Amino acid sequence: MALQGVSHDVGQPKVAIFNDPKIRGWVYQTVLLVAIVYFAFVGIQNMFANLAAQNIASGFGFLGRTAGFAISQTFIEYSQAESTYGWVYLVGLINTLAVAITGIFLATILGFIIGVARLSPNFVLRGVATVYVETFRNIPLLLHIFIWYFGVLRLLPHPRESADLGFLGLLNNRGWFAPLPITDDLFFLTSIAFVIGLIATFVISNWSRKRQMATGQQFPVFQTGLALIIGFPLLVFLVTGLPLTFDMPVAGGFRPSGGFTIIPEFIALLLALTSYTAAFIAEIVRAGILAINKGQTEAAHALGLRNGPTLRLVIIPQAMRVIIPPLTSQYLNLTKNSSLAVAIAYPDLVSVFGGTALNQTGQAVEILLMTMLTYLGISLLTSAFMNWYNARMALVER
Amino acid sequence: MSTSTKSTAYVRTEMLGEETPPITSTGIVAWVRANLLYPWYNAILTLLAILIIVLFVPPLIEFVFINGVWTAEGREQCTTIAQGGVQPDGWVGGCWAYVGAYMGQFIYGRYPSAELWRVNLVFAMFAIGLIPLLVPSLPYKRENIAFLLIIFPVAAFVLLTGGHFEYSGFLLPNFIMEPSTAKFWVDYIILTAIIVGIGVAIARGTDSNPRPIVRGILIAMGSLAVVFIVCAVNFGLEEVPTDRWGGLLVTLVIAVTGIVASLPIGIVLALGRRSNMPIVRLISVIFIEFWRGVPLITVLFMSSVMLPLFLPEGVTFDKLLRALIGVAMFSAAYMAEVIRGGLQAIPKGQYEGAMALGLGYSQMMRMIILPQALTLVIPGIVNTFIGLFKDTTLVLIIGLFDFLGMIQSSFTDPTWATPLQSMTAYLFAAAVYFCFCFSMSRYSAYMERRLDTGHR
Repeated sequence: MALQGVSHDVGQPKVAIFNDPKIRGWVYQTVLLVAIVYFAFVGIQNMFANLAAQNIASGFGFLGRTAGFAISQTFIEYSQAESTYGWVYLVGLINTLAVAITGIFLATILGFIIGVARLSPNFVLRGVATVYVETFRNIPLLLHIFIWYFGVLRLLPHPRESADLGFLGLLNNRGWFAPLPITDDLFFLTSIAFVIGLIATFVISNWSRKRQMATGQQFPVFQTGLALIIGFPLLVFLVTGLPLTFDMPVAGGFRPSGGFTIIPEFIALLLALTSYTAAFIAEIVRAGILAINKGQTEAAHALGLRNGPTLRLVIIPQAMRVIIPPLTSQYLNLTKNSSLAVAIAYPDLVSVFGGTALNQTGQAVEILLMTMLTYLGISLLTSAFMNWYNARMALVER
Repeated sequence: MSTSTKSTAYVRTEMLGEETPPITSTGIVAWVRANLLYPWYNAILTLLAILIIVLFVPPLIEFVFINGVWTAEGREQCTTIAQGGVQPDGWVGGCWAYVGAYMGQFIYGRYPSAELWRVNLVFAMFAIGLIPLLVPSLPYKRENIAFLLIIFPVAAFVLLTGGHFEYSGFLLPNFIMEPSTAKFWVDYIILTAIIVGIGVAIARGTDSNPRPIVRGILIAMGSLAVVFIVCAVNFGLEEVPTDRWGGLLVTLVIAVTGIVASLPIGIVLALGRRSNMPIVRLISVIFIEFWRGVPLITVLFMSSVMLPLFLPEGVTFDKLLRALIGVAMFSAAYMAEVIRGGLQAIPKGQYEGAMALGLGYSQMMRMIILPQALTLVIPGIVNTFIGLFKDTTLVLIIGLFDFLGMIQSSFTDPTWATPLQSMTAYLFAAAVYFCFCFSMSRYSAYMERRLDTGHR
């Protein structure tokens, strides 16, 4: 029977319908999809039954209701009596972003310093950097937060005996009371000068790059830019008669008055996130620099570039290609790790919205879904941006 | 060229004796100069580093050793006179007696003290199973893994919980048969028969021999039945509910279960993400990116608050089990990405070679691709383990008492309440976590060097 079949159509072997990999693949996928849809359906059905049994109305209507609890740090207007749960979400999100962005900024600086120090020929410096990295990244972040919050900041003096930092304000166990800058009418001129300086620097750096490409002549962009961005606004600031005063905090019995307060939870969380993530960033930076072939440095030196330009023009641009992808995931980790704020009651998204608001309303599904999707959105946005940036920096191969 | 009579007065006729090199370019002076003092900013950096050492190391030694209190009955020995104790004012030191007094709680939580031998036995079994596995030169790796992955989990489960579980069936409706142990086994046999039937049907449909499939299913279901029987046997062990577990025990249970569960799930997800089937790929991508995009703490909140809502009424999960599910899902997503990296690093020729030999998908993966891919990413896997171990601390936020949770809860005891208590305890906790994580990372570095074949 086989012989006849083969002699008639050689190109199309007859396969049993079950043995066709394409059909089999679709059968598997259909089964998988049906199973997932079934479990999701049963789960959601159970959820509605359970919610009905507990007398909890599902839906997002609760976002319009008044929350009625106080939040210790708000960057936008918030009142305990009037603000809604939707507003609480916004306050929490801004607090999360505040600590995450500050943390990313500081951790990057600290991480780069330590990463370079780990490669230093100076063995004392290298040793200190190595010990830092190994210690900080092998201790859980939550313990870091506890050490800073319960261990270190609790040991600060009481408000009555606040440590006086001079111009920087007062420090005690209720937080850092920093001077609040108050701008006068003419201050807007300084801001305008600053913006003009930025734009001018941008234009000049573009022009100088083009000119260097065309003629080979260099222009001191850095010094000019510095003068334009800092010197020019400073000049305007001086000419307009120092239109800026500071509201200094004054030590009081219960807590200092005046200035603006940075709550200890923020400080502890920021210090913990920064010191922990910096250890990881340091390793990334070290790996990135080590990934660059030594021949690159030697070739740059042979071309007559000195150490500074070699580092700036040859090594760092190449190292950045290796550094950026893992650095992005560290930034995302830091943002997600800022949710540990809930352990010390820093009012971030998870703490005020996923914690307090959830306990008050009982809308677990909606609130957790919103919280998780927010983090997911931040993650996806950051990855998208970093992918775009990475594609721009990537090696152009011919 | 010219005649030799020409004066050669300026040519030296004998060799000069060796001069000692300048003092600044040899020996310790040169080394110090080159490494520490030159150029000028290096000297400043050295000073800065020494300053950091001086600022942190002597106070630490003083806190731990010189001023540390190793024997004490209560808070008096660990507080200054002003705070109501016996130490001189200005004394700053660790109260190690307090750590010693709480050591039992830090390790076992509130596990009944008469039953602690069970926990110790589990720890010992774990060590016996793990240590030979970590030394590459020791033989019997296959048997070792079997012990660690099959015998140890069952034994640990029975020992820690007390075993003697009762089953009430799961398949047939209650009006056919009253819920009882007998009903469970009837249900189990029906389920086995159904799975065997499906296996035979697939084998018939694909024109292959049904015998190996049936044998495989029967072996799997049979061993599962043995596990169920072992869990049901009454060994005379007192039942210990999981809310009495705590300390290092809970930390290790979560970490080890998370590690063991996340590896197979991670492999499946990684294979799914690289599959040719679009729906499988899409589901894997969504699953992985979702868990990787959200913080673990929201996952734990979800498993403790939201998961019970999705279960039918009357079905409840243990709190520890819910946390375990959350941790396993979370780390499986990270594991999947690590393994995917390994899969991508395998050259295409390996896949093609396997297919040319006539291997099916599962054979190709099992025998050719995964062994190579997993070996490649051992450092990444260990890094995920380290992250998971550190992340176990987060369960204290949802009310489980892991190692750090026990330390936090020990602060409520007035017997040992001192201003420096938290510093003492945190230093101890940091040392413990450091030991675990650092040894894991050292082991990973060692394996990396060992497995480095020199070409990449």
